[in-house]
Amino acid sequence: MPNKSAGLTSRALAVFSKDLRVELRSKYAFNAILMFGITTLAVVSFTLGQTGLSERLLAALFWIIMFFAAMAGLAQVFIREEETGTVLALKLSADPTAVYIGKLLFNFSLMALISAVITPVFFIFTDAPVDNILLFVLVLILGVVGLCAATTIVAAIISKAGIKGALFAVLSFPILFVLLLLLVNASARVLEGATIGGIGTELQGLIAYAGVMIVASLMLFKFVWQE
Amino acid sequence: MTMYSLSAVNLAKRFGTRKVFNDISFELETGRSLAVVGPNGSGKTTLLLTLLGGYLPSKGEIVFSENAQVLSPDTIRDKTALVAPYLNLYDSLTAEENLVFFTAVSGGRVTGKELNSLFERVGLAGRADDPVGSYSSGMKQRLKYAAAILKSPEFLFLDEPTANLDDDGKKIVFDIIEEFKRKSIVVIATNEKEERDFAEQICRVDQ
Repeated sequence: MPNKSAGLTSRALAVFSKDLRVELRSKYAFNAILMFGITTLAVVSFTLGQTGLSERLLAALFWIIMFFAAMAGLAQVFIREEETGTVLALKLSADPTAVYIGKLLFNFSLMALISAVITPVFFIFTDAPVDNILLFVLVLILGVVGLCAATTIVAAIISKAGIKGALFAVLSFPILFVLLLLLVNASARVLEGATIGGIGTELQGLIAYAGVMIVASLMLFKFVWQE
Repeated sequence: MTMYSLSAVNLAKRFGTRKVFNDISFELETGRSLAVVGPNGSGKTTLLLTLLGGYLPSKGEIVFSENAQVLSPDTIRDKTALVAPYLNLYDSLTAEENLVFFTAVSGGRVTGKELNSLFERVGLAGRADDPVGSYSSGMKQRLKYAAAILKSPEFLFLDEPTANLDDDGKKIVFDIIEEFKRKSIVVIATNEKEERDFAEQICRVDQ
């Protein structure tokens, strides 16, 4: 019978690969996020694309699309467990920390994939300047980590509630507000041509936000999960 | 030999003002089994889930121990298994993927040979690669037993152990209970006489 020696990493990877496999078969969260992102992008580009928007407005539009795309699908990672009734089996088998890390990795992979589709389309449709693209990608990665860290713990909290969708956005907004301000500021400055030194404060803020969110979530998740 | 024990002292559970059960006490050690009996809605499932940590007791104490040393929640989770009609597996995964996942997430590893013999034992040979969503309720119940056996639990909790099973399935389950009641602690919530008869101790929940 099974040899019990696996640590936290392999348990977390087991949760991640299970979620990935379930998502690849249903494509529920991926389709929801992608359709939201593409639809919003299309509307923005056809109505505002030719009007020569400022870099700050372009950055704000980009992160509004990313925020609502995240709202459309990231909560599924816990809601699906509740709705299919698999949450009890998972609770009785898995270490809560492994569950959180596995779900966070899954949400990050999902948003990374969605960003890889939405970001180039956004630059093409809005004709945003691409001189500083590597720095923009760095801000994007830090933003997606922060976005996923915050929404994963909120998704765990709201998964037992009756009106999950509305509650997810309402609870996420105040937590993500600071992150979104930092992201819009950093992205706008990158589009304006700032160097890495020029957005040092914003980058520190983004790293600190993601770090604090992940550590706080790791500490809180056990209580949320076992309630 | 490692001896495990499970004790409940003056256990009570309320949901708001509604009393579910009150003053439940028992003590079990490896090789002993307990039948939890009582009418429908009396709180048998709630008692099982309270013992498993799914609910906090309103009063009383639950202690899992190994050679008189109290076990941590993480160790308890790795040494317990539940089979119940309300315990759902992943419908979009195959039976084999479900077993591999639940073994991996419990910190274990399983070989293809072990899986094959397990599918043979629970009567699901040849169906390992089918999605669980295509299984009948009886087949799902058999698969839950396979998942429980894979964990080699020291504490096995069974809620309505033969629910949804045909005669062949019941025989498989009775063999499994016979095996585990010798080497583990088995707690069975049931109203069926033939299932109750497996246990040496009875806990009545009807208050």
